[in-house]
Amino acid sequence: MTESTSPKPVVSIRAVKKSFGANRVLDGIDLDVHKGQVVVVIGPSGSGKTTLLRCINLLETYDEGSIQVDGVEVGFRDGSAGVRQPRRDRDLARIRADIGMVFQLFNLFPHLTALENVMLGLRKVRGRSSAEARKIAEQWLARVGLGDKLDSLPSQLSGGQQQRVGIARAVAMDPKVLLLDEITSALDPELVGEVLTVVQELAKDGMTMIVVTHEMTFARDVGTRIVFMDGGRIQIQGTPREVLSATGHDRLKSFLARIEMKHH
Amino acid sequence: MLYAIRSLPFLWGGLLITLQVSALVVLLSLIAGVVLGIGIVYGPRWIYWPIRIYSDFLRGIPLLVLIFFIYYALPLIGVNFTNVMSVVVALSAFEAAHIIEVVRGAIQSIHRGQNEAAKAIGLRFTQRLLYVIAPQAIRRFLPPWINAVVDTVKGSALVSLVGIVDLTLAIQQVIGRTYIPMPLYVLGAVMYFVINYTLSSASRRLESRFAYIRE
Repeated sequence: MTESTSPKPVVSIRAVKKSFGANRVLDGIDLDVHKGQVVVVIGPSGSGKTTLLRCINLLETYDEGSIQVDGVEVGFRDGSAGVRQPRRDRDLARIRADIGMVFQLFNLFPHLTALENVMLGLRKVRGRSSAEARKIAEQWLARVGLGDKLDSLPSQLSGGQQQRVGIARAVAMDPKVLLLDEITSALDPELVGEVLTVVQELAKDGMTMIVVTHEMTFARDVGTRIVFMDGGRIQIQGTPREVLSATGHDRLKSFLARIEMKHH
Repeated sequence: MLYAIRSLPFLWGGLLITLQVSALVVLLSLIAGVVLGIGIVYGPRWIYWPIRIYSDFLRGIPLLVLIFFIYYALPLIGVNFTNVMSVVVALSAFEAAHIIEVVRGAIQSIHRGQNEAAKAIGLRFTQRLLYVIAPQAIRRFLPPWINAVVDTVKGSALVSLVGIVDLTLAIQQVIGRTYIPMPLYVLGAVMYFVINYTLSSASRRLESRFAYIRE
């Protein structure tokens, strides 16, 4: 499926700019993500990749440009006389409910069990009955291999297990797109595999994903497309083969060399 | 000693006043403190600054001055409270200023990732507060809040200064008639202690109920 023949993208980012004070972190980003694609965003720290991801569900605001998810502008609504105004919390909540996010530090709710973590959104946002929510949550927790940990509190789970609950919590909402923000960076090396396996299966099932990661093996094997960011811009993008063999690109080359060094 | 025992019903009346004033102040200051505390954390600038100034100012003046101000000075500009109410208002305003800080500290001690995760699954502001932030913040809120409650019970003795017969003034009046200060002061101290000790042990039990949340 090439981009030109496919219908409108799930996520459409146009000319997005954002600054923190004098520091421009996003300097004109254009990116389309189509249904079923896994777009892997790589780049050195400070390149703006995490900020870009957080703009998509408006955990960060963006100053200029447009981010649409399923055709709806995320950050702004049209005010009077065509002036863009920030969205109200209630509208944002509705938009965010369709955008899943998994965090680097898991961010599970520590006072709730694994099951309750997954059920909360289903109950309060999706309006499911307690029985329905429980059934869906149990199914997802079983799928991520935690069918026997339903009643465990996050503090009783390993990092890898917590992150799998985090994934279950996000996908149980049946999102249009799933944002993964360096989800294995805080894990012990031996726990990375169990989390990436779950993500790989989601990809196989056609989940649309934007993945910020330093796991190049994952990027190569699972990514539909790799986007290399540096200095707030997309420097190069394409299929994993295209990007990872783009030896002519100096910044990419030195980035990949640094990553390589860290892993060996 | 016999006088002291005969005076017990009178002291009981004083104790009831102390308890009633305390309960009213605890309730009012809790409501005001929590609302303003949430306002100072999540509210816009124009809400933040008035609350900030209020909280800093009231925590910076002696409670006694505040009571006299409300009781003696406010009537001059046409605001009249009964003697009981002026103390209730003063104590509530004073405790609320402290509770604002307790609420602020409790909420801000929650990692911001919690709020982000709550946003990410589509919870609205009140839902985030109710289901994610509050259940975690309450653990940090309880110990200092119970301290404030204990302070309130002790501070309520100041109502005696505007002529209300609470436990403290009742004791003094009985002493005035019987001239046996020692046993009566000890009795009064024991009564205050029993109330406040009950409160702090109740608080310890409550805290251990929330202790399952580990860092």
